[in-house]
Amino acid sequence: MSVRAGIVLFPGSNCEQDCARALGSLGAETRIVWHQEKELPDVDIVVLPGGFAHGDYLRTGALARFSPIMEAVRAHARSGGLVIGICNGFQILCEAGLLPGALRRNVNLKFLCKWTSVHVDNSTTPFTSRAEAGRSLRLPINHFEGNWYCEATELEDLRASGRLVLRYAENPNGSLGDVAGVSNEDFNVLGLMPHPERACEALLGSEDGAVLLGSMLDHAEAGVRSMPV
Amino acid sequence: MLKDGIADPQGQTIEKALPALGLTGVSEVRVGKSIVLEIDAPDRDEAYSRVMQMCDRLLANPVIEKFEVTIA
Repeated sequence: MSVRAGIVLFPGSNCEQDCARALGSLGAETRIVWHQEKELPDVDIVVLPGGFAHGDYLRTGALARFSPIMEAVRAHARSGGLVIGICNGFQILCEAGLLPGALRRNVNLKFLCKWTSVHVDNSTTPFTSRAEAGRSLRLPINHFEGNWYCEATELEDLRASGRLVLRYAENPNGSLGDVAGVSNEDFNVLGLMPHPERACEALLGSEDGAVLLGSMLDHAEAGVRSMPV
Repeated sequence: MLKDGIADPQGQTIEKALPALGLTGVSEVRVGKSIVLEIDAPDRDEAYSRVMQMCDRLLANPVIEKFEVTIA
C-alpha cells in the first residue's frame, strides 16, 4: 500500500499541485484537502503547501491558523503523524504554535526568488534520513517573509536538541542562526522556507528536494508496514 | 509593533532612505500597524478586555510583537 499524503488547500495556496506531482512521482498517493474540512481523510502525511493563505492578510499564516482543518492537523501531529509545512506552510505552523518562532520580513525588504544551498544539520529526523550528515541540498526559495526569529535562549535549546534541522550556507533573508528549517520537539513536524517539491526533477535544476520528501515517505511507509492489517 | 530588540527590516529601510531626501538626524525607526475597530460593549472595561483578548489570540503575534490598546 502506498503512503497517503493529504495536501491542504487554503484560499491562496499555490503550490499544492507541485507538491502533489512531486510526492506522486516519489510513489505517494496524494489528495488535496480543502481548508474548510473539519476532518482529514485517512492520510499518513499532511502537507501545508506554499502560497498566500487567506491573502496573508494581517500576518502570514495568521488567519490560516484558524481554518477548520487546522484542528485536525493539530490532532494528526499530536498523534505522531508527519506534518510538513513548506514556505507559507511553515509560516502557518509557526502561527499555529506547532513550531517555534515566527517569520519576519526579509532583511532589506527583498522578495527572494533564487537557488540556495541548504545544509542538513540533523540527518536523523523523519524528513532527512536519506541525507548523510553535513549534506548540502540545492533548493529554491521564493518568499518575502522567511526571516525566522526566536528568543536567544530558545535558539540555544533548539540547537542543542537538534531541532534546527536545515541551515542556509549563505543566509539570504536574515534568518536567525541561518535557519532554513526547524522541527517540533518530537521531530514529526517540520517547517522550511525552501521548496523541496520544486526540486524533484533534473529538468527543474535539482533533484535534491527528493532527499527530504523521500525521507518523509520512507518514514511513513515504515509506519504503514508496521500497522496491523 | 515588533518587540524591542528585534531587528525591524522595514524601520531599517526607512532609516536608510530618509537621509537621501535630506531628512537627517533620524534613528531608531520602528514600523508598526494600527488596527481601528468599533466594538459593541456595555462599558469601557469590557471593551478593553475583549480587545486585549483579540490581540492575544489574533491581532498580534506574541512571539515577535508587542501591542497596546487605547479606547477613544
